[in-house]
Amino acid sequence: MTERSLHVVSGDLRPPSDGERRHLLSVADLDRDDIDRLLATAHSFALSQERDTKKLPTLRGRLVANVFFESSTRTSTSFELAAKRLSADTLSMKASGSSVDKGESLRDTALTLSAYEPDVIVIRHPQIGAPQLVAQATHAHVVNAGDGKHQHPTQALLDLYTISESLGRLDGVHVAIVGDVLHSRVARSLVQALRLVGAHVTLVGPPPLLPEGLGVERSFDIRDIANADIVYVLRMQRERMEEGANYVPSLREYTARWGVTLDRLSPNQRVMHPGPMNRGVEIDPRVADSPQALVVDQVKAGLVVRMAVLYDLLTTGPVLVETTAEVA
Amino acid sequence: MILVGKSGADDLVIRGARVLDPTEGVDLVCDVRIVAGVITEIGTSLDPNGVRVIEADGNLLVPAFVDPHVHLRTPGREDEETIASGTAAAAAGGYCAILAMPNTEPVVDNTDVLRGLRAQAAEEAEIPVGFTAAITVGQLGQQLTEMGELAEAGAAAFTDDGRPVATAGLMRRALEYNAITDRLLTLHCEEPSLTKGGHMHMGAVSAELGLGGWPSLGESLGVARELSLAGDTGQPVHLMHLSARESVDHLRAAQAAGVAATGEASPHHLVLTDEAVRSLDTNFKMNPPLRTEDDRQALIEALLDGTIGVIATDHAPHSREEKDVPFEAAPFGVTGLETAFSSLYTYLIEPGVLPLGLVIERMTAGPARTFGLDIPRIAVGAPANLTLINLAATWRVTEERFKSLSANSWLLGERLHSKVVLTIAAGRVAYEA
Repeated sequence: MTERSLHVVSGDLRPPSDGERRHLLSVADLDRDDIDRLLATAHSFALSQERDTKKLPTLRGRLVANVFFESSTRTSTSFELAAKRLSADTLSMKASGSSVDKGESLRDTALTLSAYEPDVIVIRHPQIGAPQLVAQATHAHVVNAGDGKHQHPTQALLDLYTISESLGRLDGVHVAIVGDVLHSRVARSLVQALRLVGAHVTLVGPPPLLPEGLGVERSFDIRDIANADIVYVLRMQRERMEEGANYVPSLREYTARWGVTLDRLSPNQRVMHPGPMNRGVEIDPRVADSPQALVVDQVKAGLVVRMAVLYDLLTTGPVLVETTAEVA
Repeated sequence: MILVGKSGADDLVIRGARVLDPTEGVDLVCDVRIVAGVITEIGTSLDPNGVRVIEADGNLLVPAFVDPHVHLRTPGREDEETIASGTAAAAAGGYCAILAMPNTEPVVDNTDVLRGLRAQAAEEAEIPVGFTAAITVGQLGQQLTEMGELAEAGAAAFTDDGRPVATAGLMRRALEYNAITDRLLTLHCEEPSLTKGGHMHMGAVSAELGLGGWPSLGESLGVARELSLAGDTGQPVHLMHLSARESVDHLRAAQAAGVAATGEASPHHLVLTDEAVRSLDTNFKMNPPLRTEDDRQALIEALLDGTIGVIATDHAPHSREEKDVPFEAAPFGVTGLETAFSSLYTYLIEPGVLPLGLVIERMTAGPARTFGLDIPRIAVGAPANLTLINLAATWRVTEERFKSLSANSWLLGERLHSKVVLTIAAGRVAYEA
């Protein structure tokens, strides 16, 4: 029989208790303390997830609304399960494609949802700034689950968590991000987050897909992933490519020059991918299925990090997390 | 007559004003007498003789402003602005004359629409307004409008504003043909193949936000095209709402080479940079977009050295439902008539970046001269086109204050210094605070 205790995370890691309504709209909203606090909370939740009974009573009676204006499997599932593991009620809305085109429906949707007085609204939307608009229109805490090419902050947090658990550190870790950075909210959020924790970032890919101005080094040569601790592979976002834009001449040429294959990696490197993967395009299936790949760890991290985010937004006191005491 | 609207024959004495007219070289405290809408006397201790006296108490009296770049949204979007509301907004901003852009629904590309607008303006325009006409039918870049007939019917200038004239070949024809009129071609410079999918300036901020970029080159390449064609045809051009350093450099070089080209800058480009877009507030979305601090400095330098001779608002009203959407879904454009002077005073004149007299010149004589309109002057015998400004006043920009039917202002919530308290346009008191 396991022993239960209240695990108190250090007082330095408390969320602000000024009562201000907080959101997670962008990694830019976070500082290093926030990240440390959220990752520590996620770690506590990870321990709780090793028990037979995985549900915690922490957010009982709270309502988390998941509003997805864009197709999503892993993110919506992850948020829903995170809320349920914390005993919150959940409400899910999947908006049809047509209503997305009419911008005014977003405010109306937000107002409609507000009638149920959700504590948190988790929103994914194809247009940049949609979560900000919902944050202005409602009284809920808003979590951005991806807005266009802009931000996907919980993905960045779960990636930091995965790296930290795998390598035992974040400071000084070298991460090579490979592929379509231009169209990737994942890359944008991750670059910001990695810079915040003192990691070293190299963007690798075709020149038109590597925007300047992100404050990190760029390389057009796949061989420059050789020195990275983590090779972070991005999906080729074909659906975001405007027709005739010619970012790359062909997927065939992309794969030949920038595809992540076993012979371009050394065995001590770890490979990450936010999913869904285009096997055989940006990542060789043998890489995806190798022990070097942390893809499943990322999904697991997603659950506990999102639990931590929901918990953090809805609590203002000391971080008291019921966990299984670790046996020394 | 290019301008139509209400005029008057008011009798007034404005007493104790700081009279500043950079064109006339006047800057002194005195009284101004207006009889039947005309300035008849400038002096001290003027006897009112029973007419209305306005005590200026040292407030600034300047020639009223001229804005050659306003969207009145009429016909077609009278919910966003009408001739009456837009000209009332202009009066509240201290303007005595404005030019309206032709990108309405329908487009002002024939004399029927133009005559209809002018007839309507004669009835309801609070200050005189001129209507520009399109360069191409429907602004579609295929067929030139009947520019000769449109000029005779009172078109103030020709423009396809909102978009560039589609091809260099057609632009060349427009310049050649326009030699039969004495009206200016006023141009929106943009190379669409570089700006497609753009929502903000392409640079570090767009890279970080993930918003599609609208690069400086998207404007300056268009500027280079228009200046080359102007030089080649020997016809004058006016370049609207310049935003990029490269554009200004091209314009300066062309002017030095003798090309008859003038340029325009808008208050939002003179005050803001693309950093403002980080808020994702759609009232920071305009075309051309806000650019970098270096570009902003280039515009200021160009105003100072005369390369840019015109300050224009590009007042572009949009309804609340159009702007109250995510950034990418929002249309380009912000309002500006009612805040133009106060914003320039607050952010550029008071901090000592631009001299007061220079800003006044670029808002009055500069645009009037460029577009061949009468220059508002404070001189005996001149029609009364006057703006009285309390430089010590402060006010908060709120939606309720606007005479404009739209409130998509980049200054909402800001506290501005200086306030227009009286505008006299064409001899008539058009606005009183």
